[in-house]
Amino acid sequence: MRRIITVTVINQSGVLNRVTGLLMKRQFNIESITVGHSEQPGMSKMTFIVHVEDEGKIEQLVKQLQKQIDVIKVNDITEKAIVMRELALVKVVAPPQARSEINSIVEPFRATIIDAGKNVVTYQVVGNPEKIEAFIDLVKPYGIKELSRTGATAFVRDMQKAPSPQLSILK
Amino acid sequence: MSAEVQTKQAVLEPMPTMEEQQTTRPADGSAVLIQALKDQGVEVIFGYPGGAVLPIYDALYKDPIPHVLARHEQGAIHAAEGYARVSGKPGVVIATSGPGATNLVTGITDAMMDSLPLVVFTGQVASSVIGTDAFQEADIIGITQPITKHNYQVRDVADLPRIIKEAFHIASTGRRGPVVVDIPKNVATEVFTTPESFDVEVDLPGYQPTTNPNYLQIQKAVHALTHAKKPLILAGAGILHAQAMDELQGFVEKHRIPVTNTLLGLGSIPGDHELFLGMAGMHGTYTANMALSECDVLLNIGARFDDRLTGNLNTFATNAKVIHIDIDPAEIGKNVPTEIPIVADAKEALKALLAADMYSPETEEWINALSEKTEDFPLWYKEDDSALLPQQAIQIIHRLTKGDAIVTTDVGQHQMWTAQYYALNNPDHWVTSGGLGTMGFGFPAAIGAQFAKPDARVVAIVGDAGFQMTAQELSLLQEFRIPVKVVILNNGALGMVRQWQETFYNERYSQSLIPVQPDFVKLAEAYDIKGYRIESPAEAEAVFAEALLSDEPVLIDCRVKQQENVYPMVAPGKGLHEMIGVSGE
Repeated sequence: MRRIITVTVINQSGVLNRVTGLLMKRQFNIESITVGHSEQPGMSKMTFIVHVEDEGKIEQLVKQLQKQIDVIKVNDITEKAIVMRELALVKVVAPPQARSEINSIVEPFRATIIDAGKNVVTYQVVGNPEKIEAFIDLVKPYGIKELSRTGATAFVRDMQKAPSPQLSILK
Repeated sequence: MSAEVQTKQAVLEPMPTMEEQQTTRPADGSAVLIQALKDQGVEVIFGYPGGAVLPIYDALYKDPIPHVLARHEQGAIHAAEGYARVSGKPGVVIATSGPGATNLVTGITDAMMDSLPLVVFTGQVASSVIGTDAFQEADIIGITQPITKHNYQVRDVADLPRIIKEAFHIASTGRRGPVVVDIPKNVATEVFTTPESFDVEVDLPGYQPTTNPNYLQIQKAVHALTHAKKPLILAGAGILHAQAMDELQGFVEKHRIPVTNTLLGLGSIPGDHELFLGMAGMHGTYTANMALSECDVLLNIGARFDDRLTGNLNTFATNAKVIHIDIDPAEIGKNVPTEIPIVADAKEALKALLAADMYSPETEEWINALSEKTEDFPLWYKEDDSALLPQQAIQIIHRLTKGDAIVTTDVGQHQMWTAQYYALNNPDHWVTSGGLGTMGFGFPAAIGAQFAKPDARVVAIVGDAGFQMTAQELSLLQEFRIPVKVVILNNGALGMVRQWQETFYNERYSQSLIPVQPDFVKLAEAYDIKGYRIESPAEAEAVFAEALLSDEPVLIDCRVKQQENVYPMVAPGKGLHEMIGVSGE
């Protein structure tokens, strides 16, 4: 199953290598990984999505990451209320006669045109990975010349869902 | 004008006294390194010089720390491992860049697998040419990342004192392990202008090992043990690393709970203790393995449930509630589902268990049943008048050294026979390559062990094949007159490979027999070391008595029966309850 893990690390050279090397050594398949500065100086945040078949292995993954000296914090946020965004740049074959049709189709995705040529239009689309997926499926019939995705970045929402009242009555 | 002022000031300043001169801070990176090693109390360095570490060796010439020049970097690092295992302090290694560094890889991995503290300094080409495939350049940081607890490349000489402090701290605390510090040549010669950086405290927010157990978890463990009918303790090397032998023995005797050991945990309880069942695992005793299969509460202290110990996980300790004490949280639940996890140092956990208000479980029936198993199915071998058996050789060594020698081994048949037949009386007297199973480990490790305990009797029990991987270190015995006794159990084969081919590959001995051997006695003599050869049981007694009691280095070539196999055995993929070769019938 798909898990979303965030890792806070000390921003030192080689730290990304350390984390991905660990995942490789332990045979975890990374679907996407993003890294960037965090709000604290000297700290970076990574978000990665991994597919883990065995439920027990996710605990092992978190513990192994936690063991790294440069790793400050590891969170498996899969079950939490989160915000998650990915950005994709999609260069779509769009001859002038088809352009308005494509524009109207992609309109609900709030994709923006960031570049246009004689026969192509480059869209920027932001959202969770499923939305990006759906966008790509939609424009695929027109022909995708080039596609570049950033991978997802995420953190937990400030307000988490309150525990359901029925459950507390049952307790 | 300014020159004049300077001269005046210089005259005005009093000459530094001898004491002040000694506390003067070092002038360049190499001197900083030597000073920092001295501050860490380093007694001995195992190493090998080369281009990239020339400045470091020059500093060592001016400001010496005892240094052991091994004849191969692999010899140096295994010696450092032996030193670390016996002294409990980090073993220190220096090697040059490129080939020097890559020759350390086996030893680093070995130390990682067996949680031995090492601080390894590798030279690196100058920063300005890193990444250009310069002469003797290797990306040792990339290479060692998966096989170290942590590693550093020093970019600025001002960071050196901090990095060395952190390296020793990381290597020797929590779950111990190797730390690599890679020093580019220009950093080693760079002028050092920040003496205040020596005063930096270790501050690693991402590294806070838990040493004290959680009280509630201890209570749960106590509750489970109290109600157990067939409790069992599995004691691993964590007991030895934490120096928790007294606490373990105290707990075992207080509540009369039987104990078994992992291979690396041997010595954590005296080998002749009445509640000790022998080693468990692939070549463990029948009693220990049956106890693991039948126990209802299993208290694992400081062992990581290695696959050579557990056999087939689906049938491992199926009736048991598992309590696992480990300083490394990632080990708990990794291989075996654990009901009661306790993250702690073994000593602290055992102290808490001893202090807990615990009723002793009713175990006499269980202990009696296990004793009967030991009586019915002891370790066995069939004597052969025509040949010396390896087991006999080890029993003679055991008798003559009274179980008090420091024993080191490689991996393979000789290792398993030593584990079975050399019942250790003392902790910290067992140095073997467990997790990685490294041939060529035992002999150099014995040299390191002797440096850690100069007065101890150190016996390296090795196979003929493994010995030939690091035999060049005989030079060290010669040079330092280190009284290590090298016992080669020479069966002219890669014994364990031969055994597996006999058992699982229909006796197709593909590349496992060594028909032509060097004359090991002459080899010893070439290094000015006394050599003996034993070919029969009759000779063994007299030669061992003379050789083992000698104060000199000695090599004994024991020509043992080639066809002898290690029994009993759990075949790969089988469960512990399916042992073969349990009796000689």
